[in-house]
Amino acid sequence: MNRPSLAWKLYIAAFYLFLFAPLLIVAIFAFNASPFPSPPWRGFTLEWFTGSGAVVGKPGVLVDPIWLESIGNSFKVAVPVALLAVLVGTVNAWVLERAEFRGKTVLAMMMLWPLVIPGVVLGISILAFFSRMANGLEDWLQTDLDALRPGLPLVVLGQLSFILTIATLIIAARLRKFDRALEEAAFDLGASRIRVLRTVTLPFLSPALIGAGLVALLMSFENFNTTLMLVGSEAPLPIAMYGQMREGASPAINAVSLLLMLGVGAIASVFALTSKAER
Amino acid sequence: MSAKPAQRLTLFLLLAPAILWLGLLIVLPHVEILVLSFSERVAPRVYAFGFGNYLEFFTEPLYWRTFARTAAMSILVTAITLVLAFPIALYIARVAQGRLKAMLLLLCLLPFWVSELVRTLGWMILLRESGVIPYLLQAAGLAGRPVELLYNDGAVILGLVYGGLLFMIVPLANALESLEPAVVEAGFDLGGSRWTVLRRIVIPHAMPGIVAGCIIVFMLTVGNFATPVLLGGKNGLWFTEQIYAQFITRFNWPQGAAFGMLLLLLSSAIVWLGLRLTGQSLGTTLKQA
Repeated sequence: MNRPSLAWKLYIAAFYLFLFAPLLIVAIFAFNASPFPSPPWRGFTLEWFTGSGAVVGKPGVLVDPIWLESIGNSFKVAVPVALLAVLVGTVNAWVLERAEFRGKTVLAMMMLWPLVIPGVVLGISILAFFSRMANGLEDWLQTDLDALRPGLPLVVLGQLSFILTIATLIIAARLRKFDRALEEAAFDLGASRIRVLRTVTLPFLSPALIGAGLVALLMSFENFNTTLMLVGSEAPLPIAMYGQMREGASPAINAVSLLLMLGVGAIASVFALTSKAER
Repeated sequence: MSAKPAQRLTLFLLLAPAILWLGLLIVLPHVEILVLSFSERVAPRVYAFGFGNYLEFFTEPLYWRTFARTAAMSILVTAITLVLAFPIALYIARVAQGRLKAMLLLLCLLPFWVSELVRTLGWMILLRESGVIPYLLQAAGLAGRPVELLYNDGAVILGLVYGGLLFMIVPLANALESLEPAVVEAGFDLGGSRWTVLRRIVIPHAMPGIVAGCIIVFMLTVGNFATPVLLGGKNGLWFTEQIYAQFITRFNWPQGAAFGMLLLLLSSAIVWLGLRLTGQSLGTTLKQA
């Protein structure tokens, strides 16, 4: 391509401004000493993070139990999702890359399905199915099965339904690059199956395992559509933010958003570093 | 061949998680909402098979209009996203070099790792009557009083296009990456204008990326919930909102299940059509992205 014209360069600059404007605005107004996140600028404050509520009327997000609880709920969902995604994703990747059986192409195809189902539909279908199971099992066993009702365990299952696809794809891509001669050499040297897995195969896979775990963590933290349908009384962070945003504007939401951006930025940079190490 | 039963057992154990996942979280739940969508309430707590929920969709104008509006606006959003993203992807793939290239792509990715709600919050603060843009317009003397820029179709489209950009840029840039510079030069040498080269060489080469990007953006847009609800307010009227209302607010699950099936049908139909028109498979398309 020949040299870019000035108009093109200006367009690129305008585009990146457009891309970052909403995020910068959110961050800036987390520090505005005003009860509303809107201009004019009333001075710099940290009240929205650590304040006791004496100055701005509401406690800062780092001391407000509502926000702390929702951050905790997000972790209660994201950590099991990430661990299960890596575990099951590894087994799935093995099935896709190593095992031979009839119907493998169908299975590989089905594993992609969750990505083309709208998140809301995934949410309602899992909600409806697990409610039916709960009704049936409760009648049969004569006991309450709260884990199958809307709540954090169901959110974990709902998020896993599509995050597993991503984790499987990431780990399978790495497994495909593996030189099987390395494993055979280890076998020839007398190592057992378990030992080969532990000392040769898994260390090779580890960047992909960490990468898949981090991606699962991020996707779980930011998921909204599926979570909204399955959530019970304990709201993870995006659901709590949505509720607050509908009630009205407050810089407290900006403060939480900024914390979220910092957290996500940290995880994303770890991910960038590990994927660089992979190459 | 004494190892055979053991091998079969191993295979079965390895397959078990995938079968549990796809069976319990994907296939059976979808069978459940399919069955649910064909059940009608004939008396309190008594349900029977029937097409009532689908008939209700076609006879109640609010429902099918919202559906048609969601589909039409999603197509519009996809088209706008493609036009806006193309020059960026072309720049990243063909012009930018080395560190600049990596940085431009990374800068594109960053905003999208942040929750959709944070991005939407940013647009709300920018657009609302007491927000930043009306404030600046007034300060610049362009408006007598603050104007409300939120809660209209423009704001919804803006938010959705913003949310879709990354998913368009990445597949486009990947597809344009493999374009041979010599082919482009040959086009110019043969007397083609910039426009001709773009239309006859660059765009056909980028087609797999264009299809992949359009399909992903359309799917994400049609299935979006927070952006139209928060940026459109009462005027948002998105179909996912109807599903949510039936399931969570009105507790009319069969009706909500029928709506869910219709949304799934719309989304799958567009994906299938896109793949069909360009003769590509789902696997390769998802790999582009």
